[in-house]
Amino acid sequence: MATRNTGFLKGLLAAATVAAGALAATPSLAELKGLEIIAPASPGGGWDQHARTLQQVLQNQKLASGIQVVNIPGAGGTIGLAQFVTAKKRSPSLLVGGQIMQGAILTNKSPVTLDQVTPLARLTGEYTALVVPADSPLKSLKDLLDKFKAEPGSVSWGGGSAGGSDQILSGLIAKELGVSPTKINYVATAGGGELLSQILGGHITVAMGGYNEFAPQFEAGKLRPIAVSAPERLPGTETPTLKEQGVNLEFVNWRGVFAQGNLKPAEKKELSEAVGKAVASDEWKQLVKQRGWIDLYQPTEQFTAFLKQERPQIEGTLKELGLVQ
Amino acid sequence: METLSALGHGFTVALMPYNLMWAAVGVTVGTAVGVLPGIGPALTVALLLPVTYNLEPTSAFIMFAGIYYGAMYGGSTTSILLNAPGESGSIVTAIDGHAMARQGRGAQALATAAIGSFVAGTIGTAALTFVAPLMVQVALLFGPAEYFALMVLALTTVTAVLGQSLARGLASLFLGLSLGLVGIDMQTGQARLTFGIPELLDGIDVVVVAVGLFAVGETLYVAARHRFEKEEIYALKGSIWMSRADWGRSWKPWLRGTFIGFPFGTLPSGGSEIPTFLSYLVEKRLAKHPEEFGKGAIEAVAGPEAANNAAAAGVLAPLLSLGLPTSATAAIMLAAFQQYGLQPGPTLFDSNPELVWGMIASLYVGNVLLLLLNLPLVGLWVKLLVIPRPWLYAGILVFATLGAYTLNNNVVDLVILWVIGLVGFGMRVLDVPVAPCVVGLILGPLAEQQFRRALAISQGDASVFLTHPISAGLLIVALLLVLGPMLLRRRKGAAGA
Repeated sequence: MATRNTGFLKGLLAAATVAAGALAATPSLAELKGLEIIAPASPGGGWDQHARTLQQVLQNQKLASGIQVVNIPGAGGTIGLAQFVTAKKRSPSLLVGGQIMQGAILTNKSPVTLDQVTPLARLTGEYTALVVPADSPLKSLKDLLDKFKAEPGSVSWGGGSAGGSDQILSGLIAKELGVSPTKINYVATAGGGELLSQILGGHITVAMGGYNEFAPQFEAGKLRPIAVSAPERLPGTETPTLKEQGVNLEFVNWRGVFAQGNLKPAEKKELSEAVGKAVASDEWKQLVKQRGWIDLYQPTEQFTAFLKQERPQIEGTLKELGLVQ
Repeated sequence: METLSALGHGFTVALMPYNLMWAAVGVTVGTAVGVLPGIGPALTVALLLPVTYNLEPTSAFIMFAGIYYGAMYGGSTTSILLNAPGESGSIVTAIDGHAMARQGRGAQALATAAIGSFVAGTIGTAALTFVAPLMVQVALLFGPAEYFALMVLALTTVTAVLGQSLARGLASLFLGLSLGLVGIDMQTGQARLTFGIPELLDGIDVVVVAVGLFAVGETLYVAARHRFEKEEIYALKGSIWMSRADWGRSWKPWLRGTFIGFPFGTLPSGGSEIPTFLSYLVEKRLAKHPEEFGKGAIEAVAGPEAANNAAAAGVLAPLLSLGLPTSATAAIMLAAFQQYGLQPGPTLFDSNPELVWGMIASLYVGNVLLLLLNLPLVGLWVKLLVIPRPWLYAGILVFATLGAYTLNNNVVDLVILWVIGLVGFGMRVLDVPVAPCVVGLILGPLAEQQFRRALAISQGDASVFLTHPISAGLLIVALLLVLGPMLLRRRKGAAGA
């Protein structure tokens, strides 16, 4: 797999490490050996970064040794999920995933679901910001929603892939307003730079995405946040929440980590403790802060319950959006 | 003036022996990953991220930039020698580059690619230094309607690679367009032509198709014809240096490729392949001997190779000045900035001038290093072609197969590679050109998505393509490119009669 097939790169990495005198961590009394973390996405994205950050912290905190991160990209994480479920592993392995997977499993009619894996912990999350260009005539969420109610098609909502978190949130907002979600003029983009350029250029009415993705543009005065999907205002920001502005919604694009299904209780405990210790470390907290994530750690039981409660909400919205029959 | 002094300071940072060493490491690693299909600069930088954590940010970025530029240089090598493009940006290079190699002019093809990359990289970096903010402002003017018009313009490239028979060329184009439909439709999230195979949900990778059609198809064809043909050796004929005529035919394509490539790099949905297509088209239209195109015209290597390197420089403009990633590698570099607690964007130039200007200066340095690294390697690389044909072809097949697997670690990709390879073999037997298929596969999905986005935003009003001035202008240029040669031919015909 990716990391295995690039032996020559690893050699170079090792050489570079020695040259820099970096990474002094030589795990001695490691609990977990030969741990594999699967990132069901390409290198560089959120899931991949979570996998690699977890790898780094587990290793440096001496909770595990010889960790490999394997990228299995595709279809909103469902390809990685399917391989994770069907693989017969002798050594322990983890799968990083997130909310997008919940939707992708449904829209892609994935043969495997999150029922076949063990939720270990919710790690982080991002609250979604609704963003307009700085020179937009829409000054507040109310302006946007008034325009939307008057003529739904005139508001183009830009966000990530169809059926992903952003479109689901747009559907939830429409439902709250009593407008049919099928009326939403949703423009799916590849997210990241593509979405940012479309909103900066004023080609779409409103963009949705993680608050931090847009934050530098707020500081530069090029974009204006009009709402955030958090329960209360994010620390250090003045962006009002959806709730404050009369839309009774909270929405978090979470990321978490899963273990294989039908684990023995002892194995489950061992893995969930290792992850628990890793996220309790100062190193993890510092890295989370640096990367602009929000620590939303939930241990196994709470996370499992959270997923159960979230799924029908997502499924219902996707059905109303016409993306799932 | 301010820029110049900042750049001067940047050079003092980049030329420190320690940073120079990281630049050298970067360009070497970059060249290596460029040569190997399936491993791109994006994956490499992602793998190196955790290792560079304890490195000074400036040194780390100097290395990353070296990897990025290096991969652009290396990508052409396998295209030319093995007909197996390592990156999508060097697919076009394979068409004439490999034809040159088969005529014993592999060294000249590699040299014009390397020098063209150097010229384009240097001019592109200069453009990045001086006009980056301006280019980014222009890039932001591009909405879906403008992108669609741009894709239409790029699609006219197909007229340059159609070959002798219009029907066969179009058949190949439509095969490519159909392959492009496979996968989840971005706007609705629904699967198309996936036949229940989950691995097809993300579509068919362009590199797999290009390697399948070019390398596998070609190799099978040659193997099948082996009995009937005399063994000719691809190895060198004559000097490995570019002749005066080669220089004369290369320098203009280098410059034109650069000017086509850089602006495309700054476009968030540009795609590194598109400027290479356009450069190919432009060179064929301007060439004195357009009939040589497809059979080993040096212009067709010089132009596209310059274009993809200039585009690589262009990508850094929106990344540094707006924090806007326009390619996979740029997205990972953005993540790298965040790892160091830095935020690219308008403020980065003020808050970390040493980093930004050090990195930009290191791009100039990296280009020189890459030229020094790649030109001597040319002599070594072409030795590959001396390998007896059956071995060489077996090697190409192994190499292509490994590369396809490494892309996504997926066995399904191997099946796709070989099915497409067989299709490519069939196309060659039937004398159907394969290049239009690749053009269709790359441009079809982009054009479709932008077309639908534009119509969604305009609520179904198709006049947006004509009322937006940039879009209308691009469509007119596309029309002229298609009709121009026809009209010229008719006039010539009339004059002759």
